[in-house]
Amino acid sequence: MDLIAPLFKMEFFGADAAMVWAFAIGFAFGTALEKAGFGGARKLTAQFYLYDMTVFKVMFTAVVTSMVLVTASAAAGLLDFGALFIPATFIWPQIVGGLLLGVGFTAGGYCPGTSVVSVASGRIDGMMYVLGFFAGLAVFPVFFDALEGFYNAGGLGVVTLFDVIALPPLLIASIVAALAVASFFGATWVEGWARVRWPHLKP
Amino acid sequence: MTTLVSKPIDQLRAFFAGPEERDGAAHAGPKPLWSPYAAGILLGVVLFAAFFVMGRGLGASGAMNRVMAALYELANADFAHGLTYYREYFVGDGSVLYDYALFQLLGVLLGGYTSAAFARRSRLMLEKGPRIGAGGRLTYAFAGGFVMAWGARIARGCTSGQVLTGSANLAVGSLTMFVMFFAGAYITAYAVRKQWT
Repeated sequence: MDLIAPLFKMEFFGADAAMVWAFAIGFAFGTALEKAGFGGARKLTAQFYLYDMTVFKVMFTAVVTSMVLVTASAAAGLLDFGALFIPATFIWPQIVGGLLLGVGFTAGGYCPGTSVVSVASGRIDGMMYVLGFFAGLAVFPVFFDALEGFYNAGGLGVVTLFDVIALPPLLIASIVAALAVASFFGATWVEGWARVRWPHLKP
Repeated sequence: MTTLVSKPIDQLRAFFAGPEERDGAAHAGPKPLWSPYAAGILLGVVLFAAFFVMGRGLGASGAMNRVMAALYELANADFAHGLTYYREYFVGDGSVLYDYALFQLLGVLLGGYTSAAFARRSRLMLEKGPRIGAGGRLTYAFAGGFVMAWGARIARGCTSGQVLTGSANLAVGSLTMFVMFFAGAYITAYAVRKQWT
C-alpha cells in the first residue's frame, strides 16, 4: 500500500488545519480519560492501595492497542514509523523525573492530563493541583541553568526496544499484548486479595 | 434555587451541575464508568490516531509549560526571552501558544467537560478519603502538583507524553519512566494513606 501517514508530515494539510485536528484528538483524549473515571483522584490513587487497578489496566491496554495498530499499519506500508516523533532517552533525568512524577501523583491525586479533566468536571482539589503545577512550572526555569548538566545526563539518543530486539515489530507488539492479558489476570487477582484483606476499601 | 443575586460559589456549583440539574430535572445518579479495557482501547485508538494524523502522540505538561512561558512573556518579555529554558519557545514571529500541544489540551478540557456532563459525573466537589480534612487535602494537592511539574520538566514529559506515548513505541527512556512512576507512587502510598483510605 502507499505510504500515506503521518498525514501531517506527508503534507495532506497545513499548520492551521493541524490545530483543528489537534483539538479533535484532544477532545477524544479527554473523553477517554473521563470515561475511565480518571477525572477523580480517588479512582486514580486506588491503584496504589491495590483494591482497584484501573489505572494500570487502562494504561497498559492503551499502550498495547496503539502499539499493535502502529506496527500493523507500518507493516502494511501505510505508516512511516521513522517519521514518528519518539522522545530521546536521557536516562538519569528520566529515572529521577519518573520517581518525582510517582511521588507527586499519590500526594496530589492527579497527573497533568487528568487534572485538566478533573477541573473540567468540578474537582476543587484538581483546581488546587493545577495551581501547584503552575507554581512548579514558574519556578523551574529560574533554576534551570544550575540543573542543565543533570538535565542532559545519560543521553542515549532516540532508542527503542524495536531497535534492540531483532524481531519483526508486529511480532514484538503481539508478545507485549500477550503479556498484557496475563498481567490483567494478575492485577484482578491482586484486587480481590486486597478487598478481602482491607474490606473497608471499596472502589 | 433561582435567585436574582447569586454568589460566585453558587454560580460555579450551577456550572458544574450539568444541564439536567440546571433545568431542575429530577436528580439521577451518575452513569457507570466504562470498563477499564473499553476505556483503554479508546485511549489507545486515540493515541494511534495522533501518531497516524500528526506523527506525534499525546501530551499535557508541555502545553501547560507554554502557557507559563506566555504568562512570563506577558509580565516581563525581556526576562522571559532571557530564560535559557524557554530559548526554543521564543524563536520566529509566531506566538508561543500557537502549537499543536496547546490546541490538544483545550480539546481535553472540553472533551472532559462534555463527557462528565452527559454522564452526570460533573459536580463541584472535593475528592478525598474520610480521614483527612479539606485543608490537608488541598495542601497535598498543591504540593503534588508542584512536585510533578518538576518531575515532568526534568524528564522532558509527563505521564501522557512519556509514560503513555513513549512507552507505546517502546522508547527506552519512557519505559524506564513507566517503571519509576509506579515505584515512586507505591513508595509514597503508605506515607499519604490517611489522605485516601
